[in-house]
Amino acid sequence: MSIQVRPSSGAGPGASIGTVSLLTGLVAFGVLLIAANAADPMMGAHAWIFFFLAVGGLVATGLWAGSLNGRNPFDEAHYDDTIVKFGVFTAMFWGIAGFLVGLIIALQLTWPNLFYFPDLGWTNFGRIRPLHTSAVIFAFGGNVLIATSFYVVQRTCRTRLAGGLWPWFVFWGFNLFIVIAGTGYLLGVTQSKEYAEPEWYADLWLTIVWVAYLAVFLGTLWKRKEPHIYVANWFYLSFIVTIAMLHIVNNLAIPVSLTGSKSYSLYSGVQDALIQWWYGHNAVGFFLTTGFLAIMYYFIPKQVNRPVYSYRLSIVHFWSLIFIYIWAGPHHLHYTALPQWAQTLGMVFSVMLWMPSWGGMINGVMTLSGAWDKLRTDPVVRMMIVALAFYGMSTFEGPLMSVRAVNALSHYTEWGIAHVHSGSMGWVGFISFGALYCLTPWLWKRKGLYSKALVEWHFWLATLGILFYITAMYVAGITEGFMWRAYNEFGFLEYAFIETVKAKHVMYIIRAAGGALYLIGALLMAYNLIRTAMGHGEASEARTDAPRSAAPALQPAE
Amino acid sequence: MSIFNRHQKLERHSLLLSAGILVVVAIGGLVEIAPLFYLENTIEKVEGMRPYTPLELKGRNIYIREGCYTCHSQMVRPLRDEVERYGHYSLAAESMYDHPFQWGSKRTGPDLARVGGKYSDEWHLDHLINPAALVPDTVMPPYAFLASKTLRYNDVADHMIALRRAGVPYTDDMIANAKADLVAQASPGADFDAEDGLLERYDGAAGRPGTVKISDFDQDPARITEMDALIAYLQMLGTLVDFTVYEADDLSNRR
Repeated sequence: MSIQVRPSSGAGPGASIGTVSLLTGLVAFGVLLIAANAADPMMGAHAWIFFFLAVGGLVATGLWAGSLNGRNPFDEAHYDDTIVKFGVFTAMFWGIAGFLVGLIIALQLTWPNLFYFPDLGWTNFGRIRPLHTSAVIFAFGGNVLIATSFYVVQRTCRTRLAGGLWPWFVFWGFNLFIVIAGTGYLLGVTQSKEYAEPEWYADLWLTIVWVAYLAVFLGTLWKRKEPHIYVANWFYLSFIVTIAMLHIVNNLAIPVSLTGSKSYSLYSGVQDALIQWWYGHNAVGFFLTTGFLAIMYYFIPKQVNRPVYSYRLSIVHFWSLIFIYIWAGPHHLHYTALPQWAQTLGMVFSVMLWMPSWGGMINGVMTLSGAWDKLRTDPVVRMMIVALAFYGMSTFEGPLMSVRAVNALSHYTEWGIAHVHSGSMGWVGFISFGALYCLTPWLWKRKGLYSKALVEWHFWLATLGILFYITAMYVAGITEGFMWRAYNEFGFLEYAFIETVKAKHVMYIIRAAGGALYLIGALLMAYNLIRTAMGHGEASEARTDAPRSAAPALQPAE
Repeated sequence: MSIFNRHQKLERHSLLLSAGILVVVAIGGLVEIAPLFYLENTIEKVEGMRPYTPLELKGRNIYIREGCYTCHSQMVRPLRDEVERYGHYSLAAESMYDHPFQWGSKRTGPDLARVGGKYSDEWHLDHLINPAALVPDTVMPPYAFLASKTLRYNDVADHMIALRRAGVPYTDDMIANAKADLVAQASPGADFDAEDGLLERYDGAAGRPGTVKISDFDQDPARITEMDALIAYLQMLGTLVDFTVYEADDLSNRR
């Protein structure tokens, strides 16, 4: 696919190879010093892992640069699709890993006598749970976001990704952060802040990677040949900018020692509680919502070959979404020691949040106007529209649960788990699967996927899995919520706590079955994508697009 | 529709768009978070609150390391059934020295905000080693390994210094005697002077006696293990503030 060639501005291709290598080398040196003087064995392990991976990266970069033979690897005449292909692989790998760990912890809660091992304390639920949450949100979700954002920003700007080797630094640097985070949880390295568990040194590394991500994304926007920034890029940009703000503020901490893994949060008590849930809710709002709405805004119109339903709606819902979302954090702290005025603000804004969220859902679903038959004929489109249906459901349920009186029942129960999983498996999972199903034939230039039938199997198994999961957890959550507050005829509490645990056993079984179905669906998908990339089955025909000529006449938006 | 025309300006200038986003997303956090640092009723001190002793601090770090917060909350809500099941609702001040807070977000197991003193040390030992032996329907994992892991505490003073930088009022005296205090709290009868020092420092900070429990928590006098530390931490949760002396009708408590 060729695009208009522009003379490269500024430094040549070697510049970014040099600066990336220099930064990596400096960090590797610093990490080596820490490794040699580690204050505790966990920091020692992490420093050595980091050091060897960084050195490995430098060696690989050197070998690759050496094999270039004068060829410009960052040729402006072509999009960088290789990095997107890598992202598709890592996303599927981490996704399957994350779903598998989720299944394991579900089984631990269902049959503890089978799935706990007293001699392997590091396999206990408390250490493995963050492995699951980080793997599905940051490893799976993060790689989907990086891969799709790199694909979308290039296509919608009609220019190659900016920064030469820097996008690869972002990609590998982010995945290195994931490895450090995951190994850390098993080793016992955690800050105990949900979705912000990695310790101070991993947070610092992620900050560096994130700054590079923002620079690459903005740099690509600056090079654009399309004067308007497409709506998907507003959402990607808001995701990148806001996550930087949230990550930095929430993770401020005092390390005990620069050579040790442990740090203490700068904040404590009620202040820390709100900062944590300002972060936590907006990790959902910006990592899992605006980032994936960006994906929706590109892949749905592209796959159904129709324009986005309403430009005005996208403007209104974008700004109101990113403004209102931030305030919703206190709904995680209803009836706690957080001052009531803050709880009220959180509740009111959470209820208001329903509208811009549904604005996004409506804009996406109505884009199928004139193409509704695709719901029946194209399972990838169906998956993405059902993703929006789950999005709508979750963004209605969330405001409902944010009402203090409702939250008095739902807080601390499995209802929260149900809500999270309808949003994550339904919305985030399905829109990601849809995007990867779209991308794979495009990237490997196949006419279609290896097997459309396998997509149908995936869709139905995964949907059934989600329904098992959330129904079981709704029943469990409401059951235990009511049992906790039940009084008998003598005015005493009816149930001991352990009785409420016992009451959930059957629901735990069904939940595990639901998760297993979801995992099987993902395995089918990985098989489908691999054989698509290899050009088997229905993917054996090459994709024939009309070659792009010079930029078409520009038209004002709307 | 001039606002939509003006939006085109944002769509053509990525830095304006980025700045607009940053400004818009910063507002909510500032309005909600900043006041918590200066509003009087958020930052009021409560009698009885004191920093964690070195042994309790080590125990808390084990609680965090093992991910106990993923199943246990530490925040009793002002709801009738909850107060009846767990005790007085949690005050903001009771977690003022918790870096980070441990309020939790899920109760797969019961709330632990006031578990201190509810069960004996032996119960905690047996329960942590094999929860199912005491509570047949439990889904809690076993923590037997804590009883065989010797506690590493050479660096405990460094931890207290870091916490002091974050605002916890550890005194120089507390930091200088950190290791001695840790050993004294887990070795009853070994050194009465050391125990007196420990109580003077921490009961002193609390403003009343009885906030520091000295015991051989893991029933293993031969050494100090991680089990000692964790049980010491669990046994003090929710015990610092003395609610029996609270007079709701007192003028100073009326708002």
